[in-house]
Amino acid sequence: MSENTEAGQAIKLDPWFGHYADRASGLSASEVRALFAVASRPEVVSLAGGMPFVRALPEDLISGALSRVMIEQGPTALQYGSGQGVPALREQILEIMALEGISASVDDIVVTTGSQQALDLVTKLFINPGDVILTEAPSYVGAIGVFRSYQAHIEHVDMDNDGLIPDALRAAITRMGAEGRTIKFLYTIPNFHNPAGVTLSAERRPEILQICQDAGILVLEDNPYGLLSFDEDVPPAIRSLDEDGVIYLGSFSKTLAPGFRVGWALAPHAIKEKLVLAAESAILCPSSFSQLVISEYLASADWMGQIVSFRDVYRERRDTMLTSLAEHLPELSWTVPNGGFYVWVTLPDALDSKAMLPRAVTELVAYTPGTAFYADGGGRQNLRLSFCYPTPENIRIGIRRLATVINGELDLLSTFAGTGSLTASAGEDNVISPPPDMS
Amino acid sequence: MSNSAPLTITVLAGGISHEREVSLRSGRRVSDALQGCGHNVSLADPDASLFSNLMDSAPDVVWPALHGFSGEDGALLGLLEVSGYAYVGPTAAAARLAWSKPIAKTLVARSGVDTPESITLAREAFRELGAATVLQLISGALGESLVVKPASGGSAQGVTIVTRADQLPRAMVDAYTYSDVALIEKHVAGVEVSVTVIDTGDGPRALPAVEIVPLDGVYSFEARYNAGETNFFVPARVSDTVSARIADVAVSVHETLGLDYLSRIDLIVDALGTPWFLEANALPGLTETSSAPIAMEAAGFELGALYETLARRAVANRVRN
Repeated sequence: MSENTEAGQAIKLDPWFGHYADRASGLSASEVRALFAVASRPEVVSLAGGMPFVRALPEDLISGALSRVMIEQGPTALQYGSGQGVPALREQILEIMALEGISASVDDIVVTTGSQQALDLVTKLFINPGDVILTEAPSYVGAIGVFRSYQAHIEHVDMDNDGLIPDALRAAITRMGAEGRTIKFLYTIPNFHNPAGVTLSAERRPEILQICQDAGILVLEDNPYGLLSFDEDVPPAIRSLDEDGVIYLGSFSKTLAPGFRVGWALAPHAIKEKLVLAAESAILCPSSFSQLVISEYLASADWMGQIVSFRDVYRERRDTMLTSLAEHLPELSWTVPNGGFYVWVTLPDALDSKAMLPRAVTELVAYTPGTAFYADGGGRQNLRLSFCYPTPENIRIGIRRLATVINGELDLLSTFAGTGSLTASAGEDNVISPPPDMS
Repeated sequence: MSNSAPLTITVLAGGISHEREVSLRSGRRVSDALQGCGHNVSLADPDASLFSNLMDSAPDVVWPALHGFSGEDGALLGLLEVSGYAYVGPTAAAARLAWSKPIAKTLVARSGVDTPESITLAREAFRELGAATVLQLISGALGESLVVKPASGGSAQGVTIVTRADQLPRAMVDAYTYSDVALIEKHVAGVEVSVTVIDTGDGPRALPAVEIVPLDGVYSFEARYNAGETNFFVPARVSDTVSARIADVAVSVHETLGLDYLSRIDLIVDALGTPWFLEANALPGLTETSSAPIAMEAAGFELGALYETLARRAVANRVRN
């Protein structure tokens, strides 16, 4: 387990500690990540995880597709495949994207191991250490982790209830320019934002795009939740407005099941060529098996009907969460998502969501601290609540417990009010990296 | 049962304490080591079905690799005791004494071992007496260089090293986030050592002290569980005289608190070579980065063989009782 050393010499439990690349800094165990381990216990109501409620998926739909694939295409399913992805599935992906106004060539789609891999590949293609990525404040924790691993400078841009604020984007571009920095792309989640829950308005989409076009900035549009709308359809995708300046990322993880690990990128042709080569270099090819099962599922099942079922499940849970928040924590503010998985909560000034997490675990409720979604230490006053996985009853219990936690923390802080700074220390300079089922 | 027959062992790991993740790591290590010696080992995460499962599996011995409440606080050990299971660990009563840092300090101090001056305060004390007044009294009595920690719990969770009075309020809040009672201790500068004490049946003995040198100066959660972020020196870089003193103090603490089988005693050795008792761990961490396995290997033990010896001793004790 360790290097054998003579007395007086240090035992180094990781003899390669000094050998890691700079990009590996921050890839470490943390107290917060360890606390998430408790959230897997059944006694704990986890409002932290972004796991889709796959139990709402009829098993026979999947098992039927799976057995047909094995009977009809077994050797192909078990073999290496194209680095770009199965052609039939790419055709079907075109149909899905058409629902959001996108028309494209099947040749410009690259199937990836979840859209997370597409995010990694795009970042690998474009980012040199120190290059700027503009992203919403807050932003998806998994994207922040990727961007940091390529040593990007992450510049957050403010949002409001209509999504990214155009003037804030202009200001960020000006600011970065004044610092002599190179902006490579804008990363945005326009629909049912993770974690903020808001949707970029139809009016702002062309304006955001125009700002980026004027500044020569590529747009990376991440849209895993777009089909999961509750009240009204989402506006057309940004990609539908421009096929040269936008890379669009899609996924089956939220609309079908994350266990398949299948997502995709739709990219301008030249970028696509490099994406395929980069993907082959990373993984040779995405899973043939998963792609063929999904393709068979899309061809044989009423997949849109299934998405409508998912919408009904998540709408009920969203409503339960909002009602419970209003009942138990009326003094807080939160976003009202019209789709997706998440509610973004703003706490009273004094509270720190990261510092409060141990108390929440004691009370058997878990959430994701807002700091997970910022690269600059922001978000202490926020937390993300997920309504996708827990049942409505458990959501009610969880919010009730959260109220106990928040009130207990407020009571504690009021005891020490006026005695000095109660601001929590910045802590470790690393991204809170929840495990995959918590992202 | 012969001394060579494989044992059926249930390793308890996980639970719902803040240290669940650490416990899972300890449990897997213990399980792997015992399996490597040919024993039939199963891992169990304590839950509502634990005791019915134990009844079904009827293990020869239970190894509670549990950290935090329900394990180290003696609750689960007490239930194992009354249910008649052999287990590798101290009595529930002893665990309870070690679990409460203030009580352990009091008992250890009475036995003649030095321990840093401290004050223990429930959060209600601040509300009742006024936080500003109480904070002022603390700084006045103990100075500004302090260690604030929850009165129970491990892995440095909720622990803050305070160097200025204005850091104290937040440190108190962080400790109370984990526990309703906090221990405020005068900071003693010196060499940080942890001493593993084992008792394989012929009385407690201290293993070589492990000197802990975190790269960033603080033995935080991150420094404990990220391999490479802390350097360990075994034996600690102290004189033979001080080394013997450390061993004596560790065994004395182990005996004073009534610990058994395996414990870890954390000490600070000041510039004069005096060991100061900080805290005792009744079920010490046995993870890949924990100091106890480092000490065991430094003492020449093979982990699996040592764990087997401890397990067989627990079985023999039950038979005798």
